[in-house]
Amino acid sequence: MRKSFIAENPSVLWFLFCLGLFTLGVTVLAEATGAGIISTSFVKTLGKVLCLCLVAIAMDVVWGYCGILSLGHFAFFGIGGYAVGMWLMYARTEAIVTQSLAERSIPPTAVEVNDAIASQIFGVVGSAEFPLIWAFSHSLALQLLLVVLVPGLLALIFGWLAFRSRVTGVYLSILTQAMTLALALYLFQNDSGLRGNNGLSGLQNIPGFEAVPQSMISMAFFWASAAALGLGYVLFARVLSGKMGSVIRAIRDDEARVRFLGYHVESYKLFIFTLTAIIAGIAGALYYPQAGIINPAEIAPIASIYLAVWVAIGGRGRLYGAVIGTAFVSLLSSWFTGGGAPNVNLGFYTIQWTEWWLVLLGTSFVAVTLFFPGGMGMIFDKLKKDAS
Amino acid sequence: MIKFTKTLTSAAALTVAASAAMAADCDVKVGVLHSLSGTMAISETTLKDTMLMLVEQQNAKGGVLGCQIEPVVVDPASDWPLFAEKARELLTTHEVDVIFGNWTSVSRKSVLPVIEELNGLLFYPVQYEGEESSKNVFYTGAAPNQQAIPAVDYFLEELGVEKFALLGTDYVYPRTTNNILEQYLQDNGIAADDIFVNYTPFGHSDWATIVADVVALGEDGKSVGVISTINGDANIGFYKELAAAGISADDIPVVAFSVGEEELSGLDTSNLVGHLAAWNYFQSAETESNADFIDAWKAYAGDERVTNDPMEAHYIGFNMWVNAVEAAGTTDVDAVRTAMYGQEFPNLTGGTAVMLENHHLAKPVLIGEIQADGQFDIISKTEEVPGDAWTDFLPASAVLKSDWKELGCGMYNTETNSCVQIKSNY
Amino acid sequence: MALALLCLPALLHAQDLQTLLQSHQKVIIKPSRKSVGPALDALVASGLPSIPAFLEHWQGKEVYNRKEDGLFFYARKAQGGFELVDVDTGEVVGTADAKALKQIKPNGGVRKEIASKLVQFQLSDPDIERRIAALVSITQKPGANQLAPLTASIEGETDPTLKLRKIKLANYLTARFGETTDQRVAAIEGIAKDLSVDGRAVLSQILQTQRIASETAPDANIAKQLQIGKDVTVEDAYALLVAQNGYTAKLSANDIRVALEANVIDGKVGGFSVLKLDSLAERHAAYDALADAGTVPERMTTVAMIAAVEAHGFYDVYDEKDAAVTDAALKAQSAVQTRVGVNQFFDISLDAISLASIYFLAAVGLAITFGVMGVINMAHGEFIMMGAYTGYVVQQFIPNYTASLIVALPLAFAVTFAAGVAMERLVIRWLYNRPLETLLATFGISVALQQLAKNIFGTQARPLTSPGWLDGAWIINDVVQISYIRIAIFVLALMFLGLLLFILKKTRLGLEVRAVTQNPRMASSMGINPDKIKMMTFGLGSGIAGIAGVAIGLFAKVTSEMGSDYIVQSFMTVVVGGVGNVWGTLAGAFMIGTFQKGVEWLNPSNTLAAQTYMILFIILFIQFRPKGIIALKGRAAGD
Repeated sequence: MRKSFIAENPSVLWFLFCLGLFTLGVTVLAEATGAGIISTSFVKTLGKVLCLCLVAIAMDVVWGYCGILSLGHFAFFGIGGYAVGMWLMYARTEAIVTQSLAERSIPPTAVEVNDAIASQIFGVVGSAEFPLIWAFSHSLALQLLLVVLVPGLLALIFGWLAFRSRVTGVYLSILTQAMTLALALYLFQNDSGLRGNNGLSGLQNIPGFEAVPQSMISMAFFWASAAALGLGYVLFARVLSGKMGSVIRAIRDDEARVRFLGYHVESYKLFIFTLTAIIAGIAGALYYPQAGIINPAEIAPIASIYLAVWVAIGGRGRLYGAVIGTAFVSLLSSWFTGGGAPNVNLGFYTIQWTEWWLVLLGTSFVAVTLFFPGGMGMIFDKLKKDAS
Repeated sequence: MIKFTKTLTSAAALTVAASAAMAADCDVKVGVLHSLSGTMAISETTLKDTMLMLVEQQNAKGGVLGCQIEPVVVDPASDWPLFAEKARELLTTHEVDVIFGNWTSVSRKSVLPVIEELNGLLFYPVQYEGEESSKNVFYTGAAPNQQAIPAVDYFLEELGVEKFALLGTDYVYPRTTNNILEQYLQDNGIAADDIFVNYTPFGHSDWATIVADVVALGEDGKSVGVISTINGDANIGFYKELAAAGISADDIPVVAFSVGEEELSGLDTSNLVGHLAAWNYFQSAETESNADFIDAWKAYAGDERVTNDPMEAHYIGFNMWVNAVEAAGTTDVDAVRTAMYGQEFPNLTGGTAVMLENHHLAKPVLIGEIQADGQFDIISKTEEVPGDAWTDFLPASAVLKSDWKELGCGMYNTETNSCVQIKSNY
Repeated sequence: MALALLCLPALLHAQDLQTLLQSHQKVIIKPSRKSVGPALDALVASGLPSIPAFLEHWQGKEVYNRKEDGLFFYARKAQGGFELVDVDTGEVVGTADAKALKQIKPNGGVRKEIASKLVQFQLSDPDIERRIAALVSITQKPGANQLAPLTASIEGETDPTLKLRKIKLANYLTARFGETTDQRVAAIEGIAKDLSVDGRAVLSQILQTQRIASETAPDANIAKQLQIGKDVTVEDAYALLVAQNGYTAKLSANDIRVALEANVIDGKVGGFSVLKLDSLAERHAAYDALADAGTVPERMTTVAMIAAVEAHGFYDVYDEKDAAVTDAALKAQSAVQTRVGVNQFFDISLDAISLASIYFLAAVGLAITFGVMGVINMAHGEFIMMGAYTGYVVQQFIPNYTASLIVALPLAFAVTFAAGVAMERLVIRWLYNRPLETLLATFGISVALQQLAKNIFGTQARPLTSPGWLDGAWIINDVVQISYIRIAIFVLALMFLGLLLFILKKTRLGLEVRAVTQNPRMASSMGINPDKIKMMTFGLGSGIAGIAGVAIGLFAKVTSEMGSDYIVQSFMTVVVGGVGNVWGTLAGAFMIGTFQKGVEWLNPSNTLAAQTYMILFIILFIQFRPKGIIALKGRAAGD
């Protein structure tokens, strides 16, 4: 069975090989572990791109393979980030608070410690009490469990409701978009207990590892992200191979026919929707400690649409397509907006890419949809065809 | 003042002497970290232009330490995580000596850990909610006691307002400011029932109900005033609705903390005459240095452009930094930081700004009435008010103080006489 | 010299205005609300004929002070500086450079004080504007001494509406400051029919209470005896005892900690080891030990606190001594409150309808492109934005706001119609059988258009000013009012509804549109060109978005991001209402608007929550009615 899975999916091996090579290359060239050619800030960027690739393959599975265009997967990504961020903030603040309270002549009571932590975390948003959702924030294990549980449960409930009522196609897209919008608006409120617009910040400082330099911490997260991407890729490739994969693809192509064949379409969809949401949550939990800050703007509907854009440009229906599209567009994007791209002087007008990049991205996206529905993944297909 | 001129002359002498010798291996870089795209570009692009103008002017005067200053501009695109990334890039890749940047509080909180980790130096030019004092940040904008509190005093003393509506956009600056104000008002004998608080989302446009609520506050015969921390575009709809409801500044005065010359340029102000704003600077201030500054700005950026408060903050901040570098004789962050304390520089509105040990400025507070031409008529100007990092009006922070010079601590508990934290907790 | 000569005759008077002003120079140059009173009184008491004119100029920031000699003048801008006018004679006495003068700028509070002094001169002034100003001043700052002059001026009032206003105002003043109880009660009964904020203010002022704690029933006009635990908590009641009757306050946990820290001796407090004091109970015990030793004052226990509270009665007592007056006011207030409540409900309903019409307007274009044709157009919001910017550009060329609006509306339609047709031809028609990809392609267009708008117009919000006749509000009564611009949007929404229904149901185009959307092959075999019809329909939907953009820009703002504010809500409006039906969109907009305002009414201090709940509601609603409020049945439903 195992043999046949690999034999069926030679691309998995290729992908793992490339990913390993890339990780090794970065490690050798990085500041902390090697030649120092790649700066810490670029290691962080690469690590974040790997996390985005992970959520992109989840998106590809749900859209490219199962035909559900979810415009809400970044919500799950964000929830994962918030869950891990809560622990990071709590633990860091606890260390500061216990240290400063220890200088008092009388040892602090549990209530005093708790109040001091709360007032440090929520002081900036004008509150001084722990909201209920922070109940588990003292425990890393519980918060990590929440990284998986909350996105999973939300996706399960939402998906169950939506698939049960046979909401499909563009309706479902709009509904998922409404879901992220509602979540973002909720988090924007200061009363939500997650520090409103400010969000959770300083997440790059890992409690207990204060002595470790950022260059090393970012390497560790880079490796973790690469490992997560590799595992996620294998997991999805495994899910999509065999009979289950065929059913899922069939649902994309003609849902009604699969239903008439006696399959319980809703269960399959719900499974895929929930599984990808969980993976998105994990990707978010790895992403935000590298980004350093999470706030509700991250979850705004536009983020999820960009996710779909990456997958489409990379070529949906191919897992590696999603990875290529995400890496290509997000790195290109930071190159253009970072002022790295040379301005184009047309004589009568100078195109500054910081201003025109989005116009280029928008129109090239239209072009991809119109002329290259297979996206960049098509190139590989062509290579494969030529080879055989 | 004498001291200041002295520094200038000696600096000038040094410049002349040094420029010939050192011009070859000069490397003074100033990072500019303002969003040039995205939602905040509207406000921040102006500040980037201001910085470039100031650097140009300084270079024309011979630069600093005999070196020409090289500005490094990056675009964090109104994306808060990107602020942290770009700050790291500025400090490690470009190795800038100082950063001028940020507008929103969340962006500042995002760069704070990076700046502290890499021991950078940031000048933050916007009025903010206080409750922060980082070793590596100089806050040249107003703390709440330099904008909000004097404005409320003006309401209480001069306008005799007895009932307050605190309207704000739902984010950290209005939340914290309103928290402080609520406490301050109650300390001044305003009952909790006489304070109405409302938060709206960014870019809110449906103001009819809220304006009606505010009008209805007058039903117990007390005179009503509005303290507005409404941000950005949302003000347009708010003021339009006020005008439509026929509410004049005499009926219900509105004082805004986020509405300046720049924001008013998107509005027809004829219906808003008499409403108020509190800042440390107005373009209409009648001093010679201000006239020069406005002329220089218009020549640099265009005739229709206006000046505003954060621009003055950068003007003061940049000049203080230049003087501190000259005084320290190096651009090394710790040396410059020590040289910053007690730096004085003349305000554009008259008087002198002083950099305090808590990294805030002492500046005068101005209150202006909106005029039909979109400018402000300055009707009140206080003495210099020292910026307070930790507000005295909230019990939790009343016991805290910041003093980097003597105590070497930004969050010092005066009750227990111990330093709560040296690095910020973001 | 000439100036001095000119001034001379004035100086000969025993008391002229300039001299009087000089004696109060400091206050007049830098007036403050609290300090200006005596100076104002002195000015008015002088009885000089030039006083009213001076006060008006002062109020209007038209008085200047000459820096060299401190004299006051009225000044007008003239060539090369200012023309100085003498305050006594009103004659031009020379010119001065702007730098030699200091403009005197009384603040809003001072201006109110001045206005209130001006009242007596203005109440019977021939100029109606001044009489109105006087009434406004009395309304803002009612005082007992204004009653007599106001009543006296009613007789001679020629303007009927102003006369009514004076009578009403005199009634308010009588209710508060009238001499006899009967007069006041009668006046209060008059107010019972009144809805205005000012009338309600009078009643509330009469009914103001103080809260007092007393062991025996106080000899006063008691409004209410408070019940502990019901009207007031034990803590609050005890706080009152602390404030008024000198009881010792209960120690907070922090107070106890501070007291203990102050008494640490050799690692011990009151015999307790410091290390053990990490719980509240231990700390209390240690404190009590200290108190027993007499080091610190006794701790107020909860039991003692309750006992103290129970020993007292707590009362709300009226400031007004006369019980007959407060009774009448109470009765009047309850009558007014009921009517205000009803009217407030009416007012918020109007707001809800207004919000619904804005949603409808934003979504109605989508009702055609998405609802009828099934094309998801994510760039719809950008068409709204294009319409608004068209309005802005037109205003740059046509300064007359009414004329520019008349030009802007059809132009906005034309521009966005063209944009819509272009988009349909170039992009959408290749994707008709791939709806999800249409979504993504149009999103790409949306991103590009938004950035283009930023590049062209900048990120700053642009002004789109409504014509003068749309300023102001339709005031039905003192509670219910709605701005004209919102009414205009409502009317526009109704017109669109009618127009669309007409086009879809009564015209050839509409028939063909419905035929093509239901069965394109059949339609084309009937001789209809489906390509052309789809193009026209898409253009129509986009064009309507353009007009909606002008309307939305007029009432809110014009920015490059305004489209994205409306796009998600617009889609939800269409989906909730039911796709394929203009009536459905109307129902959807109405439901969303009402729901949002309803939540806002229940929780007025958090608008963001209202939006969140609205979206959650929509998500749930769609679970139960996936086809929307008005669902198409049969073949038209498409599946």
